[in-house]
Amino acid sequence: MIDISESVMQFLLALIVVGPLIGAVAALLPAPPGLRGTSPDQAVLRHGVTVTGAILIATIVLALGFDHDQPSKMQATTDISWIAALDVRIHLGIDGISLPLLVLTALLTFLCALYSYFKMPQGPSPKGFVALLLVLESGTLATFAVLDLVLFFLAFEMVLIPMYFLIARWGGSEGVTGGRQAAAWKFILYTLLGSVVMLLGLLLIGLNAGTFDMVALATDNGRGLSTSVQLIAVLAIGLGLAVKTPMWPLHSWLPDAHTAAPTVGSVLLAGVLLKMGTYGFVRIILPIAPDGMRTFAPYLAAFAVVGIIYGSLACLALAKRGAGGDLKRLIAYSSVGHMGFVLLGIATMTPTGVNGALFANIAHGLITGLLFFLVGAVKERYGSADLDTLAGATGAALYGRAPRLGGLLAFAAVASLGLPGLAGFWGEMLAMFGAFNPAEGLSRPAFLTFMVIAGFGTLLTAAYLLIVVRRVCMGAQPQEAPQGAPQGASRAGAPEPARFTDVQTYEFAAWTPLVALTVLAGLWPAVLLGLTDPAVQKLLAGGKS
Amino acid sequence: MTVAAESAAGAASLVQSIDWLAVAPPTITAVVALIVLVADLFVPEHRKPLLGGIAIAGLVAALLTLIPLRAGDRSTFCLTTDAAVCSYTADHFALVIQLLVLGGALLTALISLHDSRKLPVGEYWFLLLASAAGAALLPASRDLATLVVALEVASLPAFALVGLRRGDRLSSEAALKFFLSSVTATAVMLLGVSFVYAATGTLHLTRIAAELGHVPGQLDTLAKAGVALTLVGFAFKTAAAPFHFWVPDTYVGAPLPIAAYLSVVGKAVGFSGLILVTVIAFPSYREVWGPVLAVIAALTMTLGNAAALRQSATRAWSAVRLLAWSSVGQAGYLLVPIAAAAYAGGDRIGSTVAYALMYAVVNLGAFAVVALVARTKPLNRLADYQGLYARQPLVALAMGFFLLCLAGLPPGIIGLFAKVTVFSAAVDAGLGWLAVVMAANVVIALYYYLQWTAALFRAPEPEAGDVAPEAGSAAPEAGGEEVAIGRPPAAVTVAIALTAAAGVALSGAPQLVLRFAGTGLF
Repeated sequence: MIDISESVMQFLLALIVVGPLIGAVAALLPAPPGLRGTSPDQAVLRHGVTVTGAILIATIVLALGFDHDQPSKMQATTDISWIAALDVRIHLGIDGISLPLLVLTALLTFLCALYSYFKMPQGPSPKGFVALLLVLESGTLATFAVLDLVLFFLAFEMVLIPMYFLIARWGGSEGVTGGRQAAAWKFILYTLLGSVVMLLGLLLIGLNAGTFDMVALATDNGRGLSTSVQLIAVLAIGLGLAVKTPMWPLHSWLPDAHTAAPTVGSVLLAGVLLKMGTYGFVRIILPIAPDGMRTFAPYLAAFAVVGIIYGSLACLALAKRGAGGDLKRLIAYSSVGHMGFVLLGIATMTPTGVNGALFANIAHGLITGLLFFLVGAVKERYGSADLDTLAGATGAALYGRAPRLGGLLAFAAVASLGLPGLAGFWGEMLAMFGAFNPAEGLSRPAFLTFMVIAGFGTLLTAAYLLIVVRRVCMGAQPQEAPQGAPQGASRAGAPEPARFTDVQTYEFAAWTPLVALTVLAGLWPAVLLGLTDPAVQKLLAGGKS
Repeated sequence: MTVAAESAAGAASLVQSIDWLAVAPPTITAVVALIVLVADLFVPEHRKPLLGGIAIAGLVAALLTLIPLRAGDRSTFCLTTDAAVCSYTADHFALVIQLLVLGGALLTALISLHDSRKLPVGEYWFLLLASAAGAALLPASRDLATLVVALEVASLPAFALVGLRRGDRLSSEAALKFFLSSVTATAVMLLGVSFVYAATGTLHLTRIAAELGHVPGQLDTLAKAGVALTLVGFAFKTAAAPFHFWVPDTYVGAPLPIAAYLSVVGKAVGFSGLILVTVIAFPSYREVWGPVLAVIAALTMTLGNAAALRQSATRAWSAVRLLAWSSVGQAGYLLVPIAAAAYAGGDRIGSTVAYALMYAVVNLGAFAVVALVARTKPLNRLADYQGLYARQPLVALAMGFFLLCLAGLPPGIIGLFAKVTVFSAAVDAGLGWLAVVMAANVVIALYYYLQWTAALFRAPEPEAGDVAPEAGSAAPEAGGEEVAIGRPPAAVTVAIALTAAAGVALSGAPQLVLRFAGTGLF
């Protein structure tokens, strides 16, 4: 849109990846004079907002400077040799697939930093919190920006330690068997087991093809790899990515991790970390090992639709009266369902399906990020996220007690169930549309079945989300506050403990961008699809286009 | 054809020419060892710390002589009849291992500079340097006799070092265990070496390789037995399963710096010997030792990591025990590329060298931190590390970094890439099953390393009489009965700083050590 010279673009992309790391180190150092603020805690939290804000601005400038006429071309590329012995190169670059994810990551991290500035999760000093948040941001941004398999793995691993500490130190133990420590362990051990297997697959590809460069490998489109190598590589890499995504039945770390994580941790986990898995499928497996993928695509699709149904049924069970369902856990399970649509789209191996998957990716990041923010706010006000405690006999009456919060929650819920006109709709529709006519070599009847099952899943999704809205937002307004409320409200700093604070200014600030983008992406899907489509076409066609 | 004359002192044979510069690294170390021993007789009691200074200066001098040798093209003690067959070769492999060994000894010396006052000083430094001299000689030796002599020069002083804490029952027991297992290994190895000599008629590694190809039929069994027994001997020295049982007790009983020394230099000795005999001397038997080493590697890492996982945090000396068992696990990873060399060529052992360099730096760093903590918490339980960050933030950050390097997770990037090279060696050699076993082990290892790391940053347990120092001061609290403890000794701090700086530098530029992976070192 605006013309920025290539070297500035390169610098911006490098800054986006490295900047948060430098910021993380700076966060651990004592604040310089003049930036001390009112207290060390406030200074370091402000530092977090500043750094993530600067990164967000850099990302937006990068997006503006991105040549939107050629989204399939790698732009802002840097290619320097780093470890010659392993043939690892610092190869950075963005195209239409990675750009939206980059922007989403920078935006969500900034909103999380902003939210934490006003509402720091309970735990040890904010110094470590900000440093870990920034390392996390660097790792996720690097995942979407690198074009070297080994670097991809490095970035993939980089998020583990920060996320572990965010859950184990700043998380909450309610509603998790074994407490937040156990949840954090589950998260890191599952993911690591997946990712070392993925490393073996990546090495297999790299050693057989003679290069770790994703662009070169994608151009090759699997021609340099024998079918057996592709099969093993897809199995190994797919396993690692499927744990991260997460694909049913490898999802069991997710509900605990989400329930235990602090609000911002959940937002980033759902909004960004899960996308690393699906991004890997699109960026690595589809173009580099298409033959292997063609063999496994029906299985992937089958697991994906099972995940859709399973996630929805789990949510329905949690939403039922008397089930003692935790709202965060419910949204975590809904993520399993939504990611099922993404995986189904990828498994079709068609441009339509993959575009749908990428769209659903972004939409899920926006909507589920918003949902976790809102549930965090509800939990803070009521002192619990347990649906039964919240709802009592008739419902939590959020409409009556905090109309704006209730309205936003209802908005996020209908967006999540895929109401046309909002972001959740297009991705899932395109994914199913892709399944209606899968790529050549894939069994059409099988995919038609999957499509029907997925369609049934959307009904279930609508059912549980509406139940949640009914139980949380509606209901008779109680005369006196529920037990948890005074405590929760006083923590929020409300003047009258019995009354409820509606949405605060900082909450509006953190949530409005997500709401606006959800509406924008829903009403004008071309803004995203125009970016992803050419890049997807090229990836699927390999060097042929 | 004298081979016995090439002991560390460098006594010259009459018929073979000697390149003194090439043999300088082990020679200087050995000479300084003797100087320290003699000086000990004349230095008055209050000047004893001087000896430590001499020892460190000697090690630095030996390290400096590696610089003019860096071209890696010198060899000496060559046969007068065949200049291509030499007993001492300062090639790249030898130089890198010498760097590792001498650097490891230097860091050990730094860690023990303060501790050694409780030990007989002169003997301590002499034994340490003598062992280092043997360890430095070993990677350069190219005949079986020199190899065995070097191995014994490296290990005999180590037994004495382990048992140096006089009057400590644990220490004597540890020394005895170590001694018995090691002597058994040597006996077995010598038997193997004599069989190989009988079958081939030569002790020079390159000639053995040539001769083994066409051993006469009736000697074939003898040659095979010789190869197997020699390898068993080295497996003992590397603490590979099933010969690993001596490790934890020995590490716990030994003075802490010696445990560090054994875990790094002792291992390097075993590995370089194993590499020399497998890759240079016995390549024609690769279909025998390849699978055996692969199985041993898998067993070693699994046993080591499983045992490390079971260490309870509150048991006495559990920190050292955990490091001991994890070093057994790490030995398993080090064996993988050697096994891969049987399938994909000798270049693969470069991955072992690269991994060993990374491991040496971070493991010595971890031991240095353990030594520092042991000063205030003599029991050295894992539980003692809880809240280290609150007391000594920089030390805790360094320790966290070392542990994550050992685990192979960012921010320990060098640990990650060292593991990647080992994985790629395995995958490249078609040892997929071994790579998968290793992958599972990496996850197991992560669990205990990360548990330790997490404990560092947890809020400290309130203890009676435990006065928390002011934030920012690096000094540990002075306990009631431990009066001598003030500031942490400078030498240990330097050791931690050096290893941490090296670890960070390597994480930024992994090429520094990884360039050894996948290139011919011989």
